[in-house]
Amino acid sequence: MAKITIKKESCKGCGLCVLSCPKKLLQISGTSNKNGYFVVEITDMKACIGCASCAMMCPDCVISVEK
Amino acid sequence: MAVVFEKTKMLTDAPLHYCPGCTHGIAHRLVAEVLEEIGAEGHVVGVAPVGCAVFAYNYFNCDMQEAAHGRAPAVATGIKRVTPQNIVFAYQGDGDLASIGMAEIVHAAARGEKITVIFINNTIYGMTGGQMAPTTLIGEKATTCIYGRDAEKNGNPIKMCELLATLTGPSYIERVALYDAAHVRMAKKAIKKAFTHQVENRGFSFIEILSSCPTNWGMTPEQALAFVKTDMQNFYPLGVFKEVTE
Ligand SMILES: Cc1ncc(C[n+]2csc(CCOP(=O)(O)OP(=O)(O)O)c2C)c(N)n1
Ligand code: SF4
Ligand code: SF4
Ligand code: SF4
Ligand SMILES: [Mg+2]
Repeated sequence: MAKITIKKESCKGCGLCVLSCPKKLLQISGTSNKNGYFVVEITDMKACIGCASCAMMCPDCVISVEK
Repeated sequence: MAVVFEKTKMLTDAPLHYCPGCTHGIAHRLVAEVLEEIGAEGHVVGVAPVGCAVFAYNYFNCDMQEAAHGRAPAVATGIKRVTPQNIVFAYQGDGDLASIGMAEIVHAAARGEKITVIFINNTIYGMTGGQMAPTTLIGEKATTCIYGRDAEKNGNPIKMCELLATLTGPSYIERVALYDAAHVRMAKKAIKKAFTHQVENRGFSFIEILSSCPTNWGMTPEQALAFVKTDMQNFYPLGVFKEVTE
């Protein structure tokens, strides 16, 4: 079992984490933060394998990962 | 559950000002994680460049000194010589390091200064709006070569790792790239190796990082990573260019 936490207020909606998820669990949502960026969301937390590829690619340390 | 990844304490809480998808942020994180892992907290000084990374002093959670454009290796030399107990690094872009600062980097490397230089090659002057850099690829467009860089008119791009590897002073030189998670992990290993050379007092260490500039390349962050992986990596091969082992 694994879990990611997304600090939405620091997300810039760049999508680099979306590209890197081997399970294709991430997508840019329709919700924007106070900077006006559409933030990333996870579609199925239960399918997350805790590989941290998303965290590796995030330039802004938005995602933390537990396993 | 155990923590697999969380933000390193060697970065401050300040939000990065970089454009969405700019890999400067990944490079900052890797350097900061390595500083934490080698236990450098409390005895490390960084030197920030002129360029998009000019505010690096707000982001690294250690003492930082801003240098004039291109002069970071000279400033880092002074800091290291006066306070050799500190780990000292410079963080520089390609305009900063390979253009206006070419003399400083070559001589710091030639002297074998015991510093670590992190070189962000994004083939462009990012901060000032996308002018041609010494590293701009042949055929690549920039605001000062709008039809694409032409070797006859604009000269050929400079390969800094290969150039510095001809000198005796450097003890570790490697080129890495930040276009996918596997390569980000490899880049971190390289950065750690470079700092380890400094900790062991071996000589000058240099890591070139192929990095993206989606804004000035006129690309999405995804397209920009693909450009790093194909066009940039084809011309700037990854690998170790110098390693002094004893
Ligand atoms: C002495 C001096 N000359 C020129 C400039 C203008 N200038 C600011 S940043 C920059 C180039 C930055 O490019 P690079 O080092 O590649 O960094 P990037 O923004 O791409 O990370 C230039 C020419 C300056 N600030 N000072
Ligand atoms: S930890 Fe791995 S599987 Fe989970 S969201 Fe991130 S990239 Fe996807
Ligand atoms: S990589 Fe980071 S900033 Fe970019 S969309 Fe993902 S979480 Fe947001
Ligand atoms: S201009 Fe380019 S190098 Fe500078 S922050 Fe934006 S994407 Fe990064
Ligand atoms: Mg640049």
